[in-house]
Amino acid sequence: MPGKPPTRTPKAVEVEPGSATSGPPRDTDSEVAVVINGVNKHFGSVHALQGLNARIRYGRLTGLVGPDGAGKTTLMRILTGLLAPNSGHAVVAGFDVVDDNNAIHVATGYMPQRFGLYEDLSVMENMRLYAQLRGMDADRNADLFAELLDFTRLAPFTERLAGKLSGGMKQKLGLACALMARPAVLLLDEPGVGVDPVSRQDLWRMVQALTDEGMAVVWSTAYLDEAERCDSVLLLNEGQLAYDGPPGELTARLTNRSFRLEQVGDQRRAVLAEALDLESVSDGVIQGAGVRVVLRAHAGTEQIAAFAGRADAQLRAVPARFEDAFIDLLGGGPGGTSALAEGLSPVELASDVAVSCRDLTKRFGDFTATDTVSFEVRKGEIFGLLGPNGAGKSTTFKMLCGLLKPTSGEAHVVGLDLRRATGAAKGQLGYMAQKFSLYGLLSVRQNLEFSAGVYGLDGAARQARIEEMVDIFGLQPWLSAAPDSLPLGYKQRLALACAVMHRPPVLFLDEPTSGVDPITRREFWTHINGLARKGVTVMVTTHFMDEAEYCDRVAMLYRARLIALDTPDALKRGAVSDTRPDPTMEDAFIHLVEAEDLADEARSGAAA
Amino acid sequence: MNSTNGPRPDHRVPLEAMRRFDPKRLWALVLKESLQAMRDPSTLLIAFVLPVVLLFLFAYAVSLDVRAVRIGVVQESESASAHSLAAAFAGTRYLDVTFAHDRREVADRVVSGSLRGFVVIPQDFEQRLANRGAQPLVQIITDGSQPNTANYVTNYAQGVVQTWRDGLGVEASRAGVTLEPRYWFNAELESRRSLVPGAIAIVMTIIGTMLTALVVAREWERGTMEAVLSTPASVAEILIGKLLPYFALGMLSTLGATALAVFIFDVPLRGSLAALLLLSATFMVPALGQGLLISSVTRNQFLAAQIALFSGFLPAFMLSGFLYEIDAMPAPIRAITWLIPARYFVSSLKTIFLAGDIWAVFVPNLLAMAGIGILFFLLAKRVTRKNLE
Repeated sequence: MPGKPPTRTPKAVEVEPGSATSGPPRDTDSEVAVVINGVNKHFGSVHALQGLNARIRYGRLTGLVGPDGAGKTTLMRILTGLLAPNSGHAVVAGFDVVDDNNAIHVATGYMPQRFGLYEDLSVMENMRLYAQLRGMDADRNADLFAELLDFTRLAPFTERLAGKLSGGMKQKLGLACALMARPAVLLLDEPGVGVDPVSRQDLWRMVQALTDEGMAVVWSTAYLDEAERCDSVLLLNEGQLAYDGPPGELTARLTNRSFRLEQVGDQRRAVLAEALDLESVSDGVIQGAGVRVVLRAHAGTEQIAAFAGRADAQLRAVPARFEDAFIDLLGGGPGGTSALAEGLSPVELASDVAVSCRDLTKRFGDFTATDTVSFEVRKGEIFGLLGPNGAGKSTTFKMLCGLLKPTSGEAHVVGLDLRRATGAAKGQLGYMAQKFSLYGLLSVRQNLEFSAGVYGLDGAARQARIEEMVDIFGLQPWLSAAPDSLPLGYKQRLALACAVMHRPPVLFLDEPTSGVDPITRREFWTHINGLARKGVTVMVTTHFMDEAEYCDRVAMLYRARLIALDTPDALKRGAVSDTRPDPTMEDAFIHLVEAEDLADEARSGAAA
Repeated sequence: MNSTNGPRPDHRVPLEAMRRFDPKRLWALVLKESLQAMRDPSTLLIAFVLPVVLLFLFAYAVSLDVRAVRIGVVQESESASAHSLAAAFAGTRYLDVTFAHDRREVADRVVSGSLRGFVVIPQDFEQRLANRGAQPLVQIITDGSQPNTANYVTNYAQGVVQTWRDGLGVEASRAGVTLEPRYWFNAELESRRSLVPGAIAIVMTIIGTMLTALVVAREWERGTMEAVLSTPASVAEILIGKLLPYFALGMLSTLGATALAVFIFDVPLRGSLAALLLLSATFMVPALGQGLLISSVTRNQFLAAQIALFSGFLPAFMLSGFLYEIDAMPAPIRAITWLIPARYFVSSLKTIFLAGDIWAVFVPNLLAMAGIGILFFLLAKRVTRKNLE
């Protein structure tokens, strides 16, 4: 490590710690980087944070974990001095966030969501700007720049405009900008969003190096699997602290309560639905060809063992995951029966193939978004499209549901050619767009009526179907409310209701669960599983790796091409190595992407 | 990576980083904004292409002068004097006459808009002429949907008839007083000469208000404002860093527009360049202040553009005296124009281009613009706070 930057004054400034009642926390407890004391924050009538008490220590990676709307960003903004709490205190690196606001901006480094970069400035220009804003002379700190560029591996790209960087590189540049002037506390707001797993891996490595040197790093995330990698976790739910401590301690509470029913194969959705309805089971999800269940506290294993016997499945104890613990903390997941699917008669299709595409290609100018993609989706299958941002997921998806015209190649939905019979094909599918795309100026009832009308339902059938949806999704209290005022979970229910009201044989779901809390996600998948059992074909994109395991087959897209298509279990098996005997879906993804990159290099090497 | 390579946290806070106002930080922000403006095609379009388009539009396409107005003349009488009157209509360059013998022929063309009106020379024209003013000589029908043109057609047609009639009794006309009007400052009464200087005010409003409101809203939308606010940079630095480049851009654009006006459109610049620059610089104060105020109210580019359009551009266009004379407006509207900074600028611009350095006009205008500008800045400061609420 080269010497201190020359602009830094050797003597520390003594800043009165303001209202921090415990005196300068740095002196009393040198370990504590952040003290949060009874912090409340509300926006109008919305309570973002309620009576939060917590401590964050130096030299550790602290995860700020919770679903969207849990208050993560609000807390981050309070800790960086951008928002003032309505009551309570927060002290960061010894400075009160309100009274010593100026000092907070010096002591903390903050990377907001979307990284806060100027897209029309180059990598170097962004770095120089943030260096100068933090009081450093860029010319006299060449060594620091070199060090940061080396650290983030951005050195070859200094002249590139930030807007032309990939998501992963943007994230690294954002990190480099936040690290200027070496903050004592580094706050990263959802750094993993929009970044492929490979780059995320890189970020973990960098953050690890920073905490090893004593920096306090706060990492906010909605991915519960990320929480497991943190040293300590603050689990937020609806503005309240649900758990504070190492993630291992929380999962340890579930010892001997997590099991997997293995080799249930084709029956896994039925097995899951039945298992969830058992009294002793609190939560369950599909995991490849198996079903993962979590038992209620103090429930014996007899019931599940008996059930496994009946279902002809092997019962195996597995280590608990953080997500299991979170669901348990919230009181368990929903039951396994979908009222939506109950009311549906089995889907009959003329052919066994519900969706197919051959050599599907889409070019925008000289940019190829989808490159000769071919696959077939069987009736009643749940088919996942997976890939990093910009890999061509959305483009492929939109071509398959008739929203985009392919440049070449063909696509069929229930036997209808999307190029010729676009209208007829669209009538056969239900589509749930990203961010739910509800009409904000119409009430919930009007949204339902509109969707019913668009799909040609009228008269008594329309009324009956709307009543059915209201009933199933519990929308009664919200009927006259605007969709924007609904809690996110209800928005998702409404969007699903609008997409399935005309009982389509094929359902397209574009990132249907982003930003939704795990309980609501469980409920959503209960409906999807129920629909699939009735023969509805489901196409889904997701960036939750564990959700990929709920699919029958997964197509991996990378750089516009289909690089793998198989069952989740087979994809994971492909990634098995000596160091990773039991790879996760994310490991499988990284493995595939790395293999593809190597193949690419070999190809270009051969060409040269 | 080896552990000695990563940045190390340092718990001390350097004194200079805490200073409220730091010229180096300001300079970094100005540099950033300038780079962005230069790389953003839409900014360059608004700053340099739009002024040229606007000036050409106001110099050539928009003309408030009426020339060659298309009217019809219906000749129901075949008498010699009727022919002579019709010939008088044909002889003027201000009218473009279509002749007919039946009013139905031209009436339809007035309805369809291809004629602005028509004059009927009635069958009993000879008789009416003999009566000497007991009855109107001709009937004039105009298109009331375009009141200005309608007035013009009426007045001009009356003028033609009057002149023709005077010509009949040459002996009778007394060689009395002849009125010879003379127009100061714009002797040919070319509307271009007053429109082009006024257009500079419109351009400056667009750059000062619209562009500023847009670029600040853009920072909020892209999340960069949050990142910059989390650094030691103060709100004053961030905002001044935003305004300075657009101030410079506005002045450059004024110089360009002035050069166009003088060298291409032949508009004289009778006052001094220094006075013009002083006036423009002062006008930038309310223009930028308004942009800043808009951006502190909304963080959405679309909304910012809409508000800038309705509160900045349209008033500058309609209520500044640029297109419509303020004295001709009803009293309540006239009162509102006192609040429009462009009003003072347009009046100063017309003066400096067409009359010269008349400080008796400039000084009150400068004071008014500066006053409104300071008001905007104070309001913007009250609304903007260094946090995200």
